[in-house]
Amino acid sequence: MNQLIERRALLRAGAIGAAGVGLSSLFPAWAQSGSAGLAPTLPTLSGEDIRLKVAHSPFTVGGRTGHAITMNGVLPAPLIRLREGQNVRIHVENTLDEDTSIHWHGFILPFHMDGVPGISFPGILPKTTFTYEFPIVQNGTYWYHSHSGLQEQVGHYGPIVIDPAEPDPVAYDREHVIVLSDWTFLHPHQLFGKLKKQGGYFNRQKQTLSGLVGGDDDLARNMSLSDRLMWGKMRMDPTDIADVTGSTYTYLINGHGPAENWTGLFRPGERVRLRFINASAMSIFNIRIPGLPMTIVQADGQNVRPVETDEFQISVAETYDAIVTPTEDKAFTLVAESIDRSGMGRATLAPRMGMQAPVPPLRPKPLLGMKDMGMGGMDHGAMGHGSMQHGSTSDMNNGASSEAMAGMSHDMRDKSLVPPDVKVGVGVDMIAPMPVDRTGDRPLGLEEVPHRVLTYHDLAPLTAFHDKRQPTRSVDIHLTGNMERFMWSFDGVKLNEGAEPIRFARNERVRVNLINNSMMSHPIHIHGHFFEVVTGMPHGNPVKHTVNVMPGGKASFDLTADAPGDWAFHCHLLYHMHAGMMNVVKVRPMDDEGEVA
Amino acid sequence: MKRALLLAAVSVLTLASPAWAQQAGHSGAAPDPHAGHVTQPRANTPAPADSCTPEHAAMGHCTLQPMTAAPPTGDPHAGHEMPADRSVDPHAGHSAEPETLPTDPHAGHGQSSAQQPDPHAGHSMSEPQTQDPHAGHAMPGQSSDPHAGHAMPSMSQTQAPPVAPPPPEAFSGPEHAGTTIFDPELFLRKREEELIREHGGYVTWMVLADQLEYRAQEGRDGYKWDIQGWYGGDYDKLWLKSEGEGEFGHSPEQAEVQALYSRALDPWFNLQAGIRHDFRPNSDRTHLVVGIQGLAPYWFEVDGQLFLSNKGDVTARFEAEYDQRITNKLILQPLVEFDLAAQDIPELGIGSGLSSAEIGARLRYEFVPEFAPYVGVEYERSFGDTARFARAAGEDVGGWSFLVGLRSWF
Ligand SMILES: [Cu+2]
Repeated sequence: MNQLIERRALLRAGAIGAAGVGLSSLFPAWAQSGSAGLAPTLPTLSGEDIRLKVAHSPFTVGGRTGHAITMNGVLPAPLIRLREGQNVRIHVENTLDEDTSIHWHGFILPFHMDGVPGISFPGILPKTTFTYEFPIVQNGTYWYHSHSGLQEQVGHYGPIVIDPAEPDPVAYDREHVIVLSDWTFLHPHQLFGKLKKQGGYFNRQKQTLSGLVGGDDDLARNMSLSDRLMWGKMRMDPTDIADVTGSTYTYLINGHGPAENWTGLFRPGERVRLRFINASAMSIFNIRIPGLPMTIVQADGQNVRPVETDEFQISVAETYDAIVTPTEDKAFTLVAESIDRSGMGRATLAPRMGMQAPVPPLRPKPLLGMKDMGMGGMDHGAMGHGSMQHGSTSDMNNGASSEAMAGMSHDMRDKSLVPPDVKVGVGVDMIAPMPVDRTGDRPLGLEEVPHRVLTYHDLAPLTAFHDKRQPTRSVDIHLTGNMERFMWSFDGVKLNEGAEPIRFARNERVRVNLINNSMMSHPIHIHGHFFEVVTGMPHGNPVKHTVNVMPGGKASFDLTADAPGDWAFHCHLLYHMHAGMMNVVKVRPMDDEGEVA
Repeated sequence: MKRALLLAAVSVLTLASPAWAQQAGHSGAAPDPHAGHVTQPRANTPAPADSCTPEHAAMGHCTLQPMTAAPPTGDPHAGHEMPADRSVDPHAGHSAEPETLPTDPHAGHGQSSAQQPDPHAGHSMSEPQTQDPHAGHAMPGQSSDPHAGHAMPSMSQTQAPPVAPPPPEAFSGPEHAGTTIFDPELFLRKREEELIREHGGYVTWMVLADQLEYRAQEGRDGYKWDIQGWYGGDYDKLWLKSEGEGEFGHSPEQAEVQALYSRALDPWFNLQAGIRHDFRPNSDRTHLVVGIQGLAPYWFEVDGQLFLSNKGDVTARFEAEYDQRITNKLILQPLVEFDLAAQDIPELGIGSGLSSAEIGARLRYEFVPEFAPYVGVEYERSFGDTARFARAAGEDVGGWSFLVGLRSWF
């Protein structure tokens, strides 16, 4: 019933929206939008019984209409707003001719409600309805999406906000959900096929000869010939930062392209809570609101000690809540620049509809460096000079670095650096020679920006993690891939090649070390659990469900395996997962009798 | 030969790059090991937690100075700092007694730089501000943190427990938890279809028309094609190749088709084996083929093949090409091809040894990567007995072609 009303409101909104007036009054505060575009903003679903209908829908952005798979006809899917402590039944009707599913990203729930076909349940078969039913035991900002095929790329994702049972420690006067995503008019299977045929297909920012002779105004392109030769010798590309780029993607904010300029309203002086959700298939964003500092209060649905920053990177599947307090009667541009700077999502925060602020141009493209090659350990001593990171061309041109690279390039697949159960075969083009923990590193391309940038080291939990035990054992998981063949895996084994499941004893406290043997970032996500990202900071380790592991680096997390059953564990870059970078985590025993610890 | 090719191509690159000259002679002047050290106070230290908790502050009950994310030249020794409120040892694994603070906070970096003396030994663990031996060092300009990461390995290994297999109870219970709740037959079928095959089992195909061109030659204009296609997964593919050429108004001088099984050898190379059938010049020749195709260091695409024909003769072919991006759309592709024979094959006009070679360059414009028209030149020449056979037949032993064509794939 609730849903029907929302649908009707939505249709009206669409009609009025096309006329470009009065749209805002139809929506609650969180969904205020000044867009006159056809893309509807988020309707809300709440209560104990929620109905979602998965169907084919047209989706329009930038004046062009494509095919989407949506829930209740909208993209992003409706906002689901729940309250901690309630129960919920969510009836999902699949009108497609193919299987579908919904995974509740970041939820603590029984494994068979987690929504991953072949791990949690059989999936939602065509023309059937599946009812998810589970108690809501947490609060914060989350999202939901398909775990079937590549449906997530074509619109099958939406936001979830769970209000806390206790008073919210975060005070705010108004809130907006900011759902970031990437849209392409290319069919996702065609897109994947292109990556399989030509791994660098979407990179239209490769190094060129004109860059070498200085004809390129982008300084980062001007790597010296000697360094280019080193990279070439390794068959690696320092501009290979995003597999899929703005050459095909339109970056969306709440379903709106940059030109459609989704607008969130505020009254000057208000504390505005922005719930950022990166629901992209493949796009990592750098988020900033020029002129407006952001106070991060939550990450992955877990409250953190307020930390003020000017920019942060949000990897795929992460969420960050930020408080902004605009005091002036003026508009601010919200910039979501893709990690490779091939495009941006753009929205506006403004006191009134129709106001705009200047949109900053895309910044110079970053360039991968030594640390991204897994030679982080070489910055120290061996190199005898500062890091030769990203775009720092003076460093890159240093002769010593080239020699070091030359020396290393022979060892880029040294099998002795990984345990024998890591299969170093066709699917592994690199083994990081000296990977280092990079959870405190500034993200790629933001090393030298002259303002504050958030790192995982800045995140401190507001309340300490419930399990204070030290882990009893470590598990090393190597993130592996082959850029040329677009193969991705854990420990060199794709899921379809019979990857050994990852097994935890129930209530076991385990440290998982993720070692990134590739030059790409991998947002690694485990279902049904939160973990502590081991930053070693005195203010404590942030609690998350997804950790972005920087290229050639390491990240560790401590996990309490307290959820019996089978759970997905994967890279949240959709096409990495689809290429095989996925595994199953098994927590046993299933029944309470066998409980350990 | 491969080496010579690489050298040739590298020198092409070098010629085109004045920047190279600037780089040469760049001396490796010893950089200041302390570059980047700054004396700025820690920016991301949490605010003192006295009466005003973040919770209260957030609720507006008091004012808490929020922590701030580090500015670009933040504390270079962040991470050297010892967690004060946790009974954890950042040097676990280096010391048998977790309680004992090692004097060298960087002990254990040997994991990554065992041979290097540690210039930072002696960093204080507890009071980086006051005891920082680098305090006061000037910071020459903007520089990234030379210590970023370096302290981290030991930090992340904070009392790192040993890598160990799961305890026995982790192997208890049902193999697939889902079968205890859902119809096992359906669950396992969907597991195979929706989980296993959908995560890494992708099979696809490709057709690449590398050369599809009009060749203007002295007195006799002709055409040439070089097309290949494949079908398969990451490791095994069925590969088809066809190439041929001829003059307009005549049937092709040379036309062949190869059907190969391709097996991935390593991240870049495929072993290929199968058969080749020649339709021209004679359609009575079929060959066994074994070859290697792939991507060599420096991004050279190479393809070497060895042929054994049903007449018993052994020949070989080697091709290499390179994509030099002038801009992201304009690409110069130099290419070489060598044909070799183990014996004279007079009926085909082929002599033993290096029988012929081609060197060319094609300049293409990628409107989209899949559609790239090009212009180019090619010089072709036969050698040794092959050249003798050609002269005897009244043909040229070498000559230039000007090419206009299309490179396309889908
Ligand atoms: Cu990945």
